[in-house]
Amino acid sequence: MIPVTINGEPAEVPAGWTVRDLVADRIGHPVGEDGRALDGRALGVAVALDDAVVPRSRWAATALAADARCEFVTAVQGG
Amino acid sequence: MTTTDTPTPATDALGVPADAPATSTDAPAQTVAAADPLVIAGKTLGSRLIMGTGGATDLAALERALLASRTELTTVAMRRFSADAGTSVFALLQRLGIMALPNTAGCYSARDAVLTAELAREALETDWVKLEVIADEDTLLPDGVQLLEATEELVRRGFTVLPYTTDDPVLARQLEEAGAAAVMPLGSPIGTGLGILNPHNIALITARAGVPVVLDAGIGTASEAAQAMELGCSAVLVASAVTRAQDPEAMARAMDLAVRGGREASRAGRIPRRQLALASSSFDGIIETAGTSREAESL
Repeated sequence: MIPVTINGEPAEVPAGWTVRDLVADRIGHPVGEDGRALDGRALGVAVALDDAVVPRSRWAATALAADARCEFVTAVQGG
Repeated sequence: MTTTDTPTPATDALGVPADAPATSTDAPAQTVAAADPLVIAGKTLGSRLIMGTGGATDLAALERALLASRTELTTVAMRRFSADAGTSVFALLQRLGIMALPNTAGCYSARDAVLTAELAREALETDWVKLEVIADEDTLLPDGVQLLEATEELVRRGFTVLPYTTDDPVLARQLEEAGAAAVMPLGSPIGTGLGILNPHNIALITARAGVPVVLDAGIGTASEAAQAMELGCSAVLVASAVTRAQDPEAMARAMDLAVRGGREASRAGRIPRRQLALASSSFDGIIETAGTSREAESL
């Protein structure tokens, strides 16, 4: 397990976990290689690692490094 | 008179805003939306009412209000994912076929706003952003310096930027020059329902703008939405006025009607204001009774 910070909370994730693994775990649905739902729909979420957005096309290839600061966001009511 | 049957386009003598298409005087009657769409950054929208989603008690009430409003563009905020809420708001807008307009609500600096916009672009697959950079929590007023800086940066990064701004005509012009696709001046501070506090400034902004002006924030009821359109705004954004109304669905419908009515009035061209009365009935042929003399009185 490696220590990371997810949405401001300390967390531990298995070594080798990618952004895709994290997103799938949190939303409770599988995520395709292209960072979309398996039926091709947009998931409506985005991830930044250390203040840089990780495009969904790179989720599957981006491993979570130790002490990574991860922001995982979606649309909520507002504005 | 030529032999062609092409209709003659109406002139813009009534000061029809730049985003209005040419209409023909002898074309068959069309619906307002079909004849007079809102165009922002090349995107055509059938309704001039933009909705916010903040303040709704639950998603079912929000859905009823959105449908009643006939809106085609609706704002959402970007926040940390929680398992409870999931992605339900985005899913709702997708299901209703309403374009999501992410905002950067809660950002106090250009830097935070730019990262929030980047996250929104990735999450919602739109490069449109309602840019909010506020100065403090009590007033939620825009920070003009940070707002201009963030607009410039986001335009550089290929965003379609709709900045939420004060009712300052100078700043509105600067935002347009920085590449904003529309400018969104406030009527009064967010959530106050105080209406349009400086109609003269809003009219100055709309008179000089080369991009659509969207009245944003402060609307409390339908007449104020109509007033915004009469002042030359291309659209109105309402959130709290609908979601926090006692009957959000009914207020959403009222706002839709008000925006359409105000737009029609704006295009129709109002009469000039006068100091003294101007009779609408002719005085010719008026009767006289004993002791009255119209000639003497008219002196």
